[in-house]
Amino acid sequence: MSDALSEDGSDINQDDSEEDVMTPAELIAKLEQAWLNEKFSPELLENRSEVVECVMEQLTHMEANLQRVKKGDAKAGFHRMEIDRIRYVLSSYLRSRLQKIEKHFPHVLEREKSLVEGQPSLLSPEEFAFAKEYYTNTETYLKAVALKRMPPNLQAVDMLKAVPEPCLDSFVFLRVKKRQENILIEPETDEQRDFVVDLEEGSQHLMRYRIVAPLVSSGAVQLI
Amino acid sequence: MFCEKAIELIRELHRVSDGQLPAFNEDGLRQVLQEMEALYEQNQADVSEAKAAGRADLIPSIKLRHCCLLRNQRCVVAYLYDRLLRIRALRWEYGSVLPANVRFHMSAEEVQWFGQYKKSLASFMRSIGGQEGLDVTQDMKPPKSLYIQVRCLKDHGEFEIDDGTVILLKKNSQHFLPRWKCEQLIRQGVLEHVMS
Repeated sequence: MSDALSEDGSDINQDDSEEDVMTPAELIAKLEQAWLNEKFSPELLENRSEVVECVMEQLTHMEANLQRVKKGDAKAGFHRMEIDRIRYVLSSYLRSRLQKIEKHFPHVLEREKSLVEGQPSLLSPEEFAFAKEYYTNTETYLKAVALKRMPPNLQAVDMLKAVPEPCLDSFVFLRVKKRQENILIEPETDEQRDFVVDLEEGSQHLMRYRIVAPLVSSGAVQLI
Repeated sequence: MFCEKAIELIRELHRVSDGQLPAFNEDGLRQVLQEMEALYEQNQADVSEAKAAGRADLIPSIKLRHCCLLRNQRCVVAYLYDRLLRIRALRWEYGSVLPANVRFHMSAEEVQWFGQYKKSLASFMRSIGGQEGLDVTQDMKPPKSLYIQVRCLKDHGEFEIDDGTVILLKKNSQHFLPRWKCEQLIRQGVLEHVMS
């Protein structure tokens, strides 16, 4: 990583609630992994707000360092590019999430509601507020413009039925990070039978998302 | 034939090329709602008749009308919802102030929905990180170069860049500016990226 970061490498991680202190390079790698997974997964993944917060802090430090660099110094250009690249990845990550939240809003809220105690949240508190507002805004609009002008037995719409669910059977490309044994591939059609595969570390595959969903959340595979 | 008007609403949206918003078809919507009211009343009458006079032969028509009612409801909701999705896309394309010609095609309630949506979005963006938040409607493309050549398409007055310099954006003037400062103006049509 660049000079601008190494000066402040120690400050950034001090108020981390995580036990392992991450280097800036590790943090950005984590951001990129989360970004790619979110981009290629058909459903919304677990929220990574700790990563988002740390990256925002990182960007603030980098911007501050950039102010101190002498004008006209060639390094400033590189630092600027780096800041812009990181900000692009972070924005793209958050946008992917927002798009999925909006696209499947009743299902996302339902999943969040049915979480069991101890299970990690799908949505950050701010995303949850956004999702709820989106739901209310849309429902209120539909009611006011059409539903309340319809016959009494047709004044409600079941949002869970009306809005499509994410398609978990979409195919995704993945790279295996940790060797997995005995992954059960269920048949897609009646003629096929289910079979079992081992996923070697470093190998790449194209599979239905549904099969590898738990492996994505545990970090055993990376979507590409 | 029943549900014709409802299908027409759907076709209207289908016909308009991706993303564009045609004028709100208040008339069409009203006609579908009227048809629904008529169907419902006919069904009410037939249901009472069927119960009172034991007329089981009325049941198929009751069922048919009920299906038409459901179809109409589904088409209307689909029409309205698809329009909302197009309006939502406008926030991401044009920013929080919509061009007048687009707003002209929106109903009052749609304008309200849009207002609420951009408020929610702004709230969310402000909450990112710990300080002033992050505008995720910027940085839509990966950065390729630091500075870009832009031409000014309309008079936009003074424009300040990070190091304090003030540029006068006069129509047809060309400038070499930092890319990240220009993104929004390019999307709004004030500046044009000149690729030589």
